[in-house]
Amino acid sequence: MKRRKLDFKALPGKAAQEVDTRLPVATPLRSMLNKVFPDHWSFLLGEIALFSFIILLLTGTFLALFFEPSMQEVHYNGSYLPLQGVQMSRAYETALDLSFDVRGGLIMRQMHHWSALLFMAAIVVHMFRIFMTGAFRKPRELNWIIGLSMFWLGFTEGFAGYSLPDDALSGTGLRIASAIMLSIPVIGSWVTTSLFGGEFPGEIILSRLYILHVFLLPLILLGLVTVHLALVFIQKHTQWPGPGRTEKNVVGERFVPRYTIKQAGFFMLVFAVIALMGGLFQINPIWLFGPYEAAVVSAGSQPDWYVMFLDGSTRLMPAWDIRVFGYNIPPLFWPTVVLPGILTILPMAYPWIERRWKKDYASHNLLQRPRDVPDRTGLAAMAFAFYMVLTISGGNDIVADKFHISLNAMTWAGRVGLLVLPPLAYYFARRLMLGLQQHDREVLAHGVETGIIKRLPDGRFVEVHQPLVEPDAHGHTDLPYVGWTVPKKMNRLGALGPAVRGFFRPIEQPAPPAQQPEKREEITTGPH
Amino acid sequence: MSDTSTQVRDASGVDLNDPELTRFDIVREGARRDGVEIVHYEPQYAPGSKGEKRMVRIVAFFFILTGLAATAFLVAFIWWPWEYEPGTNASKLYTPVLGLTLGLALLGIGLGILTWGKKLLPHEIAIQERHDGPSDPTEQKLTGNTLQFIGEEFGLSRRPLLKLSLLGLLPVGAVAAAVPIGALIKDPHHPDILFKTGFAGATPQNPIRLMRDDETLIRPEEVSTGGQITVFPHIPGGQTNHHADSPTLLIHLREDDAALLNGRLYNINQGSTWSSFVAYSKICTHAGCPASLYEQQTNRLLCPCHQSQFLITDNARPIFGPATRSLPMLPISVDAEGYLVATGDYKVPVGPAFWEKD
Repeated sequence: MKRRKLDFKALPGKAAQEVDTRLPVATPLRSMLNKVFPDHWSFLLGEIALFSFIILLLTGTFLALFFEPSMQEVHYNGSYLPLQGVQMSRAYETALDLSFDVRGGLIMRQMHHWSALLFMAAIVVHMFRIFMTGAFRKPRELNWIIGLSMFWLGFTEGFAGYSLPDDALSGTGLRIASAIMLSIPVIGSWVTTSLFGGEFPGEIILSRLYILHVFLLPLILLGLVTVHLALVFIQKHTQWPGPGRTEKNVVGERFVPRYTIKQAGFFMLVFAVIALMGGLFQINPIWLFGPYEAAVVSAGSQPDWYVMFLDGSTRLMPAWDIRVFGYNIPPLFWPTVVLPGILTILPMAYPWIERRWKKDYASHNLLQRPRDVPDRTGLAAMAFAFYMVLTISGGNDIVADKFHISLNAMTWAGRVGLLVLPPLAYYFARRLMLGLQQHDREVLAHGVETGIIKRLPDGRFVEVHQPLVEPDAHGHTDLPYVGWTVPKKMNRLGALGPAVRGFFRPIEQPAPPAQQPEKREEITTGPH
Repeated sequence: MSDTSTQVRDASGVDLNDPELTRFDIVREGARRDGVEIVHYEPQYAPGSKGEKRMVRIVAFFFILTGLAATAFLVAFIWWPWEYEPGTNASKLYTPVLGLTLGLALLGIGLGILTWGKKLLPHEIAIQERHDGPSDPTEQKLTGNTLQFIGEEFGLSRRPLLKLSLLGLLPVGAVAAAVPIGALIKDPHHPDILFKTGFAGATPQNPIRLMRDDETLIRPEEVSTGGQITVFPHIPGGQTNHHADSPTLLIHLREDDAALLNGRLYNINQGSTWSSFVAYSKICTHAGCPASLYEQQTNRLLCPCHQSQFLITDNARPIFGPATRSLPMLPISVDAEGYLVATGDYKVPVGPAFWEKD
């Protein structure tokens, strides 16, 4: 019998054919491999959020193997001596066990916490990028809304996780959350007792938060992440303006291999940073806080950073109580329920607000530089100032303590700052953007500033400009403004030759200086 | 450096079986059929050049670094003393060592992959056309009509009874919502849990004693003048989170402060102080944190969560910050055996405000 020789080289091809006979994937697979993605560092911010989310799922699954969200009262009997014999909930005990009695448990806990902080930070920065470059405009409004929803889902998810260990800090946070729910008019008390299964803290809340934290919210987040990415895929990524780039095309690299491999490398870098932070930087040392007891709190109890802006708004809120017919709306309601509501709805509606404001109803695939839309950048600066005042106010007791400022003065500074700083930020950012824009236009019209000062026969001094193209009779160059980088320095024009690469010594021969035309053009000046 | 993209061929004229085609020509033709034009494709280093070899060495270095760091991680994970021991010892470094080795290993993979992708893979510029905007009008019409037809086939407009009967399905939706809501819902008023604390049931004839965290009772002389302690109802579990609304701050005021307070007690607080002792709920009326930072000199209580400040010589009235309500006062006295007791529950609900709480 003739034995067939196995041809290893033909094996992948044969296997591929076998697959394709059953699932005809050749065409869709190739079009996916060939899909073009534009590249820019600012497009990587959202990736950080995505990668942190993956790390959250990985480390979270590990933690779930050891954690029990039980409020059953136990006496601690683990390795950590200072807490031995202390009465605590089973949840706190298992969180301590994760930190002391599970091999590698502490680094997993810390990586989980750090990646949660990074997840939220990346979302916020990514959101600013999307806003300031106009990437939310038609046809991408839906993805903007999904992104905003994910911010709040991540916020809730993070808060639920923060509450689970049942240490003194998380219990205090939960106590405040229950007060926030209580403050909702009409239904507040019903909502609170229903969620807590009675009066705070009850015995069931941790189990409920746990199922939210490990199942419901991650599931919704995962679904939204998928839709978010699918929409980017289907609608194709936005791109910066530049040579050859139009509203009708995408200029970049094909999805596979270069783009994908860069993503993979970047994922590993994000993972590495989180691993380093998880190992080297202590976070949430719950064993120092002790178990939650309703009567115990310490000064300087701050929530995770992404909650601080609401903590700040709560601290700044004046003591205004509305009481009508024996009912009342507590002041807590405004900064913690109404404000987040506004902060959700307003940005969600913004794409449509801007359409009417700027009377721009077209679809856009080209991004705008912040300087090219001074109004919008002004709004972003305004939002940023608002957010920063609130966030700093969330730690105003720490600021007061460290800088020896009166606590009440910090509160008043926050109250005043919240009203005064955002308009100022709007004004200055807008002027700054207009200035940058004008400078670009100046370069396009007159050329690059050379730094050479020339004295004219009549005694005047003028700066010599290098026009970007042959100027007309008046010394002007009539270049169109396209909203993309304009060379501002002579070496960007190649006048000084490219920089030599290499850190310690040149890794390649310096390129010969740019070919100079035989007859050098005289460096001329603009009319002023 | 060689640019392989010098010639752009006519897409229609490509014969894929032409033996003269390079594999790249076929790749480019495939991309073209996907609406992608590879306009520039160029290795960053000439094959075999010094620069290329250097990049290859860098990638190899990173991967070897990963191998070493990952091995170090495994060794540390298994053999480094990890069990907690008090004091300064190697076990304290367990987590940092894991983080460092794991971080280095991942950093190595990341930088290796990135160098490979960014430096050794040819640099390319590809252009893909977008097909934005609405679908083709014909397509829109066909799909629109299909959808409308489906709608019409149900014939609701022609069959009013059916339309009416759909109302009958409404309760089904309600059922779906009712089960979780109905199961979760808890009436806050029956029993009236928000209005009662662990001191409920105390009367002047039948008072509830105050106790410390460790369940010991308190005599007035045990609290120094100007001092304060946290007290709980002396009932089973009175100091636990089962009675999270009951922690109370017992303050022994200085004589002149006590006189000041007694001179301006609210009507509701009349008779609640005992000698120069006063007891306020420790639960902040703003958001429920323990308002427990006692400033002995200014006679203020500061809540560390949102910095509300309460003046204890004036009914614990809020004088700064977001709180709007005074801390409720617990009526106290001393029983026959000389222990401090509560002679009643708080007269207003303790803790954060809510709709029904006036």
